[in-house]
Amino acid sequence: MLNLLWLAPALPLTSAVLLAIFGSRWPRKLVSLAGVGSIGLAAVASMLVAWSFLTAPPPGNAFVLPLWTWMAAGSFRPEFGLYLDPVSLLMLLVVTFVGFLIHLYSTEYMRGDEGYARFFAYMNLFVASMLLLVLGSNLLVLYMGWEGVGLCSYLLIGFWYRDAANVRAANKAFLVTRIGDTAFAIGLFLLFTQLGTLDIQQLMQRAQSQWPAGSTLAIAAAALLLGGAVGKSAQLPLQTWLPDAMAGPTPTSALIHAATMVTAGVYLIARTHVLFTLAPEVQLVVAVIGAATLLMAACSALVQRDIKRVLAYSTISQIGYMFLALGLGAWSAAMFHFMTHAFFKALLFLAAGAVIQSLHHEQDMFRMGGLRRELPVAFWSFVIGGSALAGLPLLTAGFFSKDLILWQSWAGLNGSIWFWLCGMLGALLTSLYTYRLVFLVFYGTAKSHVSERPGLAIKLPLAVLCVLSIFAGYLDTPPHFGGVPRLSNFLNSTLPALEEVHVGPVITEVTTALTASLVFLAGFSLAYLLYYRRRVEQPAESALARFWAAGWGFDTLYSWIFVRPFVWLAEVNRRDIVDSLYTALASLTQASNGLLQRTETGHVRWYASGLAIGSAVFLGLVWWMR
Amino acid sequence: MILLWLIAILILAGVLAAVAGRFNAAAPRVISLAALVLDLALCLGLWGRGLSSASRWSEELSWTWVPQLGIHFHLALDGLGLVLILLTMFLGIMAVLASWNGIQRSPGFFHFNVMWVLAGVTGVFLAVDLFLFYFFWELMLVPMYFLIAIWGYQRRIYAAVKFFLFTQISSLLMLIAMIVLVILHQRTAGFYSFDLQDLLATPLAPDMEMLLALGFLAAFAVKLPAFPFHTWLPDAHAEAPTAGSVILAGLLLKTGAFGMLRFVLPLFPHAVQRLAPLMMTLAVLGILYGAILAFAQNDLKRMVAYTSVSHMGFVLLGIFALNPIALQGVVVQMVSHGISTGALFVLAGALNERLHSRELRDMGGLWETMPMLSGVGLFFVMASAGMPGLGDFVGEFMVLLGTYQATPVLSALAALGMITGACYALRLAQKTFLGPNVHHSDFPDARWNERAIAVPMMVCLLWIGLYPQPLLNMIRPAIDNMPRQAVTARR
Repeated sequence: MLNLLWLAPALPLTSAVLLAIFGSRWPRKLVSLAGVGSIGLAAVASMLVAWSFLTAPPPGNAFVLPLWTWMAAGSFRPEFGLYLDPVSLLMLLVVTFVGFLIHLYSTEYMRGDEGYARFFAYMNLFVASMLLLVLGSNLLVLYMGWEGVGLCSYLLIGFWYRDAANVRAANKAFLVTRIGDTAFAIGLFLLFTQLGTLDIQQLMQRAQSQWPAGSTLAIAAAALLLGGAVGKSAQLPLQTWLPDAMAGPTPTSALIHAATMVTAGVYLIARTHVLFTLAPEVQLVVAVIGAATLLMAACSALVQRDIKRVLAYSTISQIGYMFLALGLGAWSAAMFHFMTHAFFKALLFLAAGAVIQSLHHEQDMFRMGGLRRELPVAFWSFVIGGSALAGLPLLTAGFFSKDLILWQSWAGLNGSIWFWLCGMLGALLTSLYTYRLVFLVFYGTAKSHVSERPGLAIKLPLAVLCVLSIFAGYLDTPPHFGGVPRLSNFLNSTLPALEEVHVGPVITEVTTALTASLVFLAGFSLAYLLYYRRRVEQPAESALARFWAAGWGFDTLYSWIFVRPFVWLAEVNRRDIVDSLYTALASLTQASNGLLQRTETGHVRWYASGLAIGSAVFLGLVWWMR
Repeated sequence: MILLWLIAILILAGVLAAVAGRFNAAAPRVISLAALVLDLALCLGLWGRGLSSASRWSEELSWTWVPQLGIHFHLALDGLGLVLILLTMFLGIMAVLASWNGIQRSPGFFHFNVMWVLAGVTGVFLAVDLFLFYFFWELMLVPMYFLIAIWGYQRRIYAAVKFFLFTQISSLLMLIAMIVLVILHQRTAGFYSFDLQDLLATPLAPDMEMLLALGFLAAFAVKLPAFPFHTWLPDAHAEAPTAGSVILAGLLLKTGAFGMLRFVLPLFPHAVQRLAPLMMTLAVLGILYGAILAFAQNDLKRMVAYTSVSHMGFVLLGIFALNPIALQGVVVQMVSHGISTGALFVLAGALNERLHSRELRDMGGLWETMPMLSGVGLFFVMASAGMPGLGDFVGEFMVLLGTYQATPVLSALAALGMITGACYALRLAQKTFLGPNVHHSDFPDARWNERAIAVPMMVCLLWIGLYPQPLLNMIRPAIDNMPRQAVTARR
């Protein structure tokens, strides 16, 4: 049964190719069937694989499916193979299942679009690439999936290509992540040159045996991979592309820019966690990046007007939590949060899509309001998804996964009071901006007319995701409260178990959970007071608010230090300065031709004197050189 | 004998096309296409037969030409040559198909020139006698000059003359170096010979070796082109007709790289070692400089032309990284670049036929009216930007990987080319296919000949990108046969 694994990426890929070639001529039903059906079948295949994996675990709790040798040149012979272990299995299930729900949703959301087939071709190609990224046994295969999802992200952000702004957003996303990808590629060169393979498992074994902890090579390798991870996962300093990426259709934002692709960086670090363990400095940097990003993005989320941008910044912030967990050495906590986040953030985006569609593509929250009764499904989705995001204690999945990270930020390997405080502050902000959104959109007076209500294809995915956003948390409940960390235990054959280095005296598991609950409540109450009782009708206009709204000025900064100089340089040199050297040579030749022409005067005395002077000079030279 | 036929068929077809063109406009196209298909079939037959593992050459032909000077009509085929003549015939077919409708003025003479350039290119890839090599090297030049000067765009005369001067002056330096090498060989061995195999054994003083290496390199670096000898390229590529651009970018540039691999590395191994840091630095400069210039262009063909400067930087880098991984990457890159850039030039030609403009400002939003052509175009743009799964990625990755083993810093700098490459690729896509539709008129989508070009090219790029092994297997023996001191087999 495990051998069915190849079907998971192959089915969406086949469908993508067929849709790309014939899609424009197919009827819409057939396009939907291929587009959604392929992902559905991939999900079924994944579940069969998972069932087989769980009931009869392969030796070593890992399964390798070699497909072919990609290329072989001397010792460089990367295998094109798939690798399944608990971590990739988790990713596989989430990607195919959430992917299926989002595809189903898209059949209704994209219904009237002329690019219907193109949309599904891109989305299917994305799922295929994402699965390749997740399942690749070799870093080069992973890299191929990595670039593939980047390409699909570009194509889908710019899906409505007639608007130049969308194309610019797509370019930005591609380029900013390409910067990270380049670091990643250099990391691959380093790893292969030093360790002689790119097979992930061999690589980790060799790194462990050949590199002492803290060695320069380990640090360089880990830092380069981190470069790739921050690009793809939109973390500091390469986070700027994600808010603009919201230009794409909403299902795209849900699938690519919330649930799956943007967490690829988290997956990469978890996959190569051995390297990061060998480079403690870099691991600490991961934690710092995570903490800084989660706060920064949460502040930005607080002051957005566009409903999708709130969710985009929230995604950046939540991935910040995952990075924090990775940096703390709480690998499985990061994967747990990845999973719950995939459910509740996909839910939030899809619900936002339902709202946006009902309001004629209105995305400004300050022009919404009072939608609670008009759009009950979207409302409840937001309540459930938002509560999971904000971490409503004990009831929602987000609480358990975030609580684990918060606890580890003190107790974990790199844990400290600062990380703990950052995490708590972030939780406060999360709760605040989440309920700000809910109150602004669903309460108060209605400002826009609801033109259409979501149908079954939209409601069903929302309902399923609601259930998951609540119950997925019970997969891993804290042992201190009598729970069973099933997911962590399952992942432990691949990822090291959570450690509790510092316990107490003040910060214990109990006080952490209590504080997190209080912080949630504080955020909720603040939002209630500001956006329900006082009903703030205008977005904040203070300088700080504008600064935060503009993403802390990173765009402006990068524009001045990178984009403008590059464009200036390019434009100044459009005619190619090197060519002017050759042109100068040509002009010189013509000029000297003109000069010599002048000597051809036709006067004998000129020629005679020329002869005489020439002879004298020549004789003089001969005499001198004698 | 089959090697001679490969060239002779092209030469004869060229003459036939010229004659037939006097009576019928369609005949030259059909004749050229048939000749190229026949040649491609012959090459595929050679490939199918497999490469001989016992001897250096799997196919050889040697006739005495000028015995007093040791000049032979000596053709020989190894894996490297085979890969490149396959590419020659493949791109030749594409070039003929691409000019199926566009060339109205004297199609007979046009196809005569196309065939003769291709014959020269094939000869270059097969000749192992220096004199013969030089003969074919010059044979490529003249028909290409005519192709640009007669069927080119507005500034065609300027471009053709510039192309001719750059190539000719650098070739003369190579000729001098060849003659000096032959004389030095005569002094030690006692007989004249232009044969590569004989000359390999010539003992050379270090400084002399360096001078001769520079002489050869001059010709090849201009043809490649390496920074800072690249400035003929944008003019020639942009002004040439589509078939000319395809042949220039796809094949003529490759002859420069081929010359380095076939002659410079084996003949002057020590000088190459000494020159490697300089050449690799120039290569990295070329990668970044070419990409920035490509980004700045407003003319689609010039833009694609400058991308070649950048891509050829990778080729030069890989050659002078001097290790097997990089060298195999170089050949993969040569083939992939030939296909992807060739396709982009066909695309530019197709757009020019419809819009009568090469300016990016006249394009934009083409996806609306020509979804197929745009989708295909985006495919090749992404190939050119090094998207994994397509051929260029394999070549670039192997080159960079090999280079990293030689000098990590230069490899890391060259890897920045992945970013600059994305810059021009995205700009190209943005200004042509995407954005608001600026022309508001209905243009036909891909025609039959454009489809016939695009499909095989896409298939080849996917094949090289996903399973390059057959290609690598062909190249491997040729790389292994290079003298050990030229290629330091690390690891």
